[in-house]
Amino acid sequence: MANALDPHAAIATTASGAPDRGSLTAADGKPLARALARSQQRARRRAFLLVLPLLAFILITFVIPIGQMLQRSFYNDGFSANMPQISAWFAENPRGTEPDEAAWAALAADLSASAEERSIGVVGTRINYDVPGTRSLFTSTGRQVRRGIEPPYREALVEIDEDWASPRLWSAMRNAATPLTGNFYLAAVDRTRADDGSIRQVEERQQVYVMLFMRTFWLSLLITALTFVLGFPIAHLLATLPMRKSNLLMILVLLPFWTSLLVRTTSWMVLLQQQGVINDILVWMGAIGSDGRLQMIYNQTGTIIAMTHILLPFMILPLYSVMRTINPSYVRAARSLGATSWTAFRRIYFPQTLPGLGAGALLVFILAVGYYITPALVGGSSGQLISNMIAMHMTDTLNWSMAAALAALLLGSVLILYWLYDRLVGIDNLKLG
Amino acid sequence: MKNTLILSTALAGMAFGAAAQEVNVVSWGGAYEMSQVEAYNKPFAEQTGIKVNMIAADNPATPLKAQVEARNITGDVFDVEVSDAIRLCDEGALVEIDPAMLPAAPDGTPAAEDFLDGALLDCAVANIFWGTVIAFDKTKFEGEAPSTAADFFDLEKFPGKRGLPKNPKRTLYLALIADGVPADQIYDKLGSEEGVEQAFAKLDTIKNDVVWWEAGAQPVQLLADGEVTMATGYNGRFFDAMVAEGKPFEIIWEGQYMDLDMFVIPKDSPNPEEAIEYLKFATDTQRLADQAKYIAYGPARKSSAALVGMYQDGKTEMAPHMPTNPEYMTTAVMDDPEFWADHDAELTERFNSWLAGS
Repeated sequence: MANALDPHAAIATTASGAPDRGSLTAADGKPLARALARSQQRARRRAFLLVLPLLAFILITFVIPIGQMLQRSFYNDGFSANMPQISAWFAENPRGTEPDEAAWAALAADLSASAEERSIGVVGTRINYDVPGTRSLFTSTGRQVRRGIEPPYREALVEIDEDWASPRLWSAMRNAATPLTGNFYLAAVDRTRADDGSIRQVEERQQVYVMLFMRTFWLSLLITALTFVLGFPIAHLLATLPMRKSNLLMILVLLPFWTSLLVRTTSWMVLLQQQGVINDILVWMGAIGSDGRLQMIYNQTGTIIAMTHILLPFMILPLYSVMRTINPSYVRAARSLGATSWTAFRRIYFPQTLPGLGAGALLVFILAVGYYITPALVGGSSGQLISNMIAMHMTDTLNWSMAAALAALLLGSVLILYWLYDRLVGIDNLKLG
Repeated sequence: MKNTLILSTALAGMAFGAAAQEVNVVSWGGAYEMSQVEAYNKPFAEQTGIKVNMIAADNPATPLKAQVEARNITGDVFDVEVSDAIRLCDEGALVEIDPAMLPAAPDGTPAAEDFLDGALLDCAVANIFWGTVIAFDKTKFEGEAPSTAADFFDLEKFPGKRGLPKNPKRTLYLALIADGVPADQIYDKLGSEEGVEQAFAKLDTIKNDVVWWEAGAQPVQLLADGEVTMATGYNGRFFDAMVAEGKPFEIIWEGQYMDLDMFVIPKDSPNPEEAIEYLKFATDTQRLADQAKYIAYGPARKSSAALVGMYQDGKTEMAPHMPTNPEYMTTAVMDDPEFWADHDAELTERFNSWLAGS
């Protein structure tokens, strides 16, 4: 706020620095500092009122829904809300206590009430996340308990299904008895809780998320690098050509930018598939045999090619806007002082494009990390990203808590990268236009 | 004058009342939605004056779940898969439906007996049976044509890429069938560790030659483009490509995976009475039989089978294209919603891990 070049600040400092003399007053005789502060406050309030609609809009449509969604990643009351008695028993008895008859009675009562209310499916789904194969245990036992159950409850429940005696099930119920849980985050990094509550890795054949996170970041980095290599010369050309020609070229950059994402993705399918245009041309030229057609899509290559193309304008546009403002006389001066064209580029021109490069790289990287339609369509199995798993949990398995945990991790790691970027490059060095 | 005014106001009020009656039906879009519009919605609107708003979704269970979560239900009738119908019913999101209120068959058989096994649930009424089947491009195999599920996995005899859906539900069973497991033992096998291993081992044999699809239109496209020579997909879509578009495809019915589509009504829907009316109307014997005129999916009522005739082109007999054809039913694997409710999450994770590995 206080800035050496700000005349108001200077006056305010002088005024508050020498209050005794009281020499500086406003027209109405009040001390200048106070009048100034008041008018500044008024201006600030007006500015705040101006942005208030936008702030409210963002809060209501963005922050609150996303917050609610992320809350699911650590808060799931599917079990605790519908099974209150057994949850209370877990709260009273520490881990390691053998379930006594009171516990079994509480369980039977809860099962019966939950089946009556038709919330037993929610309960079963919650436990099924931790112990696969138990959802039907809850729903079928619920149906039977609803018809009536006689004490002793332990024997009665174990007779319905002997799985009720399993320590793993009781451990999972204990974990679910409090709505706050870290289990979804554990699952999102391929970890799970053992029966005694300790954390261990899941079996190798179930591991998938850590690898997908790594792949997502690696591919996003690669795509960012590719857009830079391809976009830099184009942006330079656009910035240095005469206006008329560069406008024409600009349309070529913007046209795909304005075209629907799906259209662009499907056109890549037409071009790249084994019976597609590129393979047909290569076969026709005799470069490859008819049975040696290249597999360029439905794998990682497909994801990289399609995403690089789709994200290219996000690199070109910031670079272009920065390059246009670079004064060509600097490079000319360097050349006249004896620098080779390479040195002039490296020492004079390139450093001046860094703000645009930083903005473009950040934009492309962050967009790439969250991409999912393109990899879903052209990625096959090796080109899937973590966002495809999030989409799968949202729409197929309907495990929104898991989707929220994966999304929170993704969001968290992007924020950490952003912070790192700010520390290394400085966010002030960013120029979007 | 006064009387005219009262009369016209009353008439206007009635007209308004009638116009306000509507029902929102969420279905799957595409040729399937078209068949429902033709067979159910048009006659329903004509007979009852209730307007039907058809809303398309990739899978209507997704918006239904979202609307339940948000406690803001906008749809009245949803067309969902069995597993979702059972799950949502268990979670208390759906209205229970008494089979006694559904219309009886023309010969008087009550609805409870007229519907095929599994077609009536506590909260859902099935309208069609559909199959996931193998289809191949006839022009790609000059000599012997493939005819069994095992041929799908035989890359030497029948070269070319294969199209498979990217989920465990409709791939693992096929691998086991191809490995010689009888259709009625599939779920016993999949419930055991060795069975799952066996299925993945069989899938491993073609893994490098599979193009994975996600949307129902993709396998048809992949076959038509020549990108794959064989693919599994929904039988109605293949039928559409073969009969309506004249594509040189052929279907292998062995080991088809049968599923049902069911109508459900969420609690607190905006037009509950119209929803019930629609449900009763759409699942009567004639309507279900009429739908087969537009798409090759089998009606869920026994009494409808006799009424199924020709495709809308007037020359294609529908019976050989129906997944419910008795001949195809002998080797069919029925969807087991309980099994998948228990194991979907686990097997999906394992499947994804298998896919991602090299």
